Amino acid sequence: MSTNNHLDYLDELEAEAIYILREVAGQFEKPALLFSGGKDSITLVRLAEKAFRPGKFPFPLVHIDTGHNFVETIDYRDRMIERLGEKLIIGHVQDSINEGKVVEQKGKNASRNALQTVTLLDTIAKHQFDACIGGARRDEEKARAKERIFSVRDEFGQWDPKRQRPELWNLYNGKIHKGENVRVFPISNWTELDVWNYIRREKIELPSIYFAHERDCITRNGQLMAASPFLNMDEEDVIERRNVRFRTVGDMTCTAAVESYAYEIDDIINEISESKISERGARMDDKVSEAAMEDRKKGGYF
Amino acid sequence: MDILKFITAGSVDDGKSTLIGRLLYDSEAILADQLEALHASNRKNDDGTIDLAILTDGLKAEREQGITIDVAYKYFNTDKRKFIIADAPGHIQYTRNMVTGASNAGLAIILIDARKGVIEQTIRHSFLVSLLGIPQVVVCVNKMDMLNYDEQAYNKIVSDYEALAKKVELNNVKFIPVSALKGDNIVHQSTNMSWYDGESLLTYLENVDIKVDVKASHARLPVQWVVRPQTDELHDYRGYAGRVASGRFRVNDKVTVLPSGFTSTISKIEQFDKEPAEAITGMSVTIHLADDIDVSRGDLLVSSAEQPHVAQLIEADLCWMDTRPLDTTHTYLVQHNSKVTRCRINEVLHKVNINTLEKQYDEDFKLNDIGRIVIKTADALAFDPYQLNKANGGAIIIDSRTNVTVGALMLRSAVD
Repeated sequence: MSTNNHLDYLDELEAEAIYILREVAGQFEKPALLFSGGKDSITLVRLAEKAFRPGKFPFPLVHIDTGHNFVETIDYRDRMIERLGEKLIIGHVQDSINEGKVVEQKGKNASRNALQTVTLLDTIAKHQFDACIGGARRDEEKARAKERIFSVRDEFGQWDPKRQRPELWNLYNGKIHKGENVRVFPISNWTELDVWNYIRREKIELPSIYFAHERDCITRNGQLMAASPFLNMDEEDVIERRNVRFRTVGDMTCTAAVESYAYEIDDIINEISESKISERGARMDDKVSEAAMEDRKKGGYF
Repeated sequence: MDILKFITAGSVDDGKSTLIGRLLYDSEAILADQLEALHASNRKNDDGTIDLAILTDGLKAEREQGITIDVAYKYFNTDKRKFIIADAPGHIQYTRNMVTGASNAGLAIILIDARKGVIEQTIRHSFLVSLLGIPQVVVCVNKMDMLNYDEQAYNKIVSDYEALAKKVELNNVKFIPVSALKGDNIVHQSTNMSWYDGESLLTYLENVDIKVDVKASHARLPVQWVVRPQTDELHDYRGYAGRVASGRFRVNDKVTVLPSGFTSTISKIEQFDKEPAEAITGMSVTIHLADDIDVSRGDLLVSSAEQPHVAQLIEADLCWMDTRPLDTTHTYLVQHNSKVTRCRINEVLHKVNINTLEKQYDEDFKLNDIGRIVIKTADALAFDPYQLNKANGGAIIIDSRTNVTVGALMLRSAVD
């Protein structure tokens, strides 16, 4: 809580995020909260509770499901929805594949990560969402560092870095034309460590894969990947039993594990404080090129 | 630990990106994989050391052109503070970007190239810092290494700048001689300037007082959302959700709802599972009133004892941010707090040449122009003069044809 008439940094970050969520509620007709099962979107859910309880959320939760999930994530999601009593909408990448809208990648590094953009845009169009709240943070990656808190996407879901609206004070301009939508990032100003410290302070439960556990892994491109039926493995891939945890939770084919003995949240915070690898360094999809994220965002990626 | 947001004003040539890079690098805020990418890059300084400026330029177009176009946000922290850097471009064609970055800053770093001293852009940056009401200013006199760390040269710049600060009405100015390239006085105290006994930039940033006096500023809370569960057990629940823009509200305080003018008393303050006795600046809360009066999004709750101006005709400073010039015959939208209403810019009183500070009287109000205008709004705005209360004095203009934010307003006074 505040001392000396001045807010502590976590209180200030929380208050800002709640303010942004309430702006979404006040400015849009059909907003949605994109829920990935990762710690950032779990934090958003907590913030939404703080913004709107004892009322209902003024938006449903939307999960874009690649079908290549960690079972722990789905289990967590379903329990959370039951506790919240809020609406969940699921967009299945498998449906997009079946409808022929996207083609499954082939080869060793095949992943459905890139395909989810199409499913996301279809889900937005189907439900006519005018605002989608997401848990992206500016400290994650260079291209994100310049993104607005209210980030307008055209009718193709594209982000145009050169046509971003000036965003002054705490005045967020959510005015859009029909067909456009806004991506909203309430925790833009949080760092990875801020999120963890907040989760600890608020005693928020997380999917178990964030904590150290034993798992069958293979090593791909210098990174540890969870062995799973979704990963195209061949005889070169050697399965080893490792003690690992995941720093981000995404599709199983693109989320790398780190060797870890952090079983409790305090251990994780210590690990991150001393860690010398940034969070997105554990995402294979960002490694492709220096401008990888910028290109994907222009194409409608979250 | 608290948060300090600051903006860096300066051009590429002044070593602004290098300064930020140095702050991040020397305070060990760069992680191994980012460092690896930095070392792998082809861009090097003349002496072969890594170019720290790479850390701050984000977008492809900018990397190609070697300039910083848009505001980029950078994060780092020390044991004392969390820092948010708004890295804004310094060229005149990007004035709107600097205004944007400056709008949320609690402190500005103004960079001066020691070889050039106080020049046109220094005037421009200082004027903008003053216009946007940034409370603290640090002038970093950079590239001291290129002048052999000469004290006289530094003193000359300090006295030149003090004259400028007076002219643009900047108080609380701190001066530090630095070399971002060599690392003098950025994070570590320089051993090359024994004549300077002040602190390094980072030490200063860690300790500068940024507390707001909530007792001195007037209590304002824009209503964002009305919480109405409408369930059986919470049938009569009606809470007004918003973030305290300034001052503080306490249970039993008498409040007025503007623009309607209805008054009531605060019966309860809620913060999710807590019921604090007071809500201070920056807190997001839900307020309950003792009386059943009409309050909705767009209204402003204020302390009945300290009321703001309520007016439809308002004099204001304007920064134009759109490539299409201001059209005084067009009806725009103005967004002030949670309120959006139609408006017209009735009159342009003057523009300011922000390089020379001279007033100009040509009519055309174009991209990056700044000047004083009179705005007429469809609904009355309940505002405080920006220079007294930033939180309730800033507004944006939206072009209803494009929905783009085209102007920033710093409201000054009601016009009779």
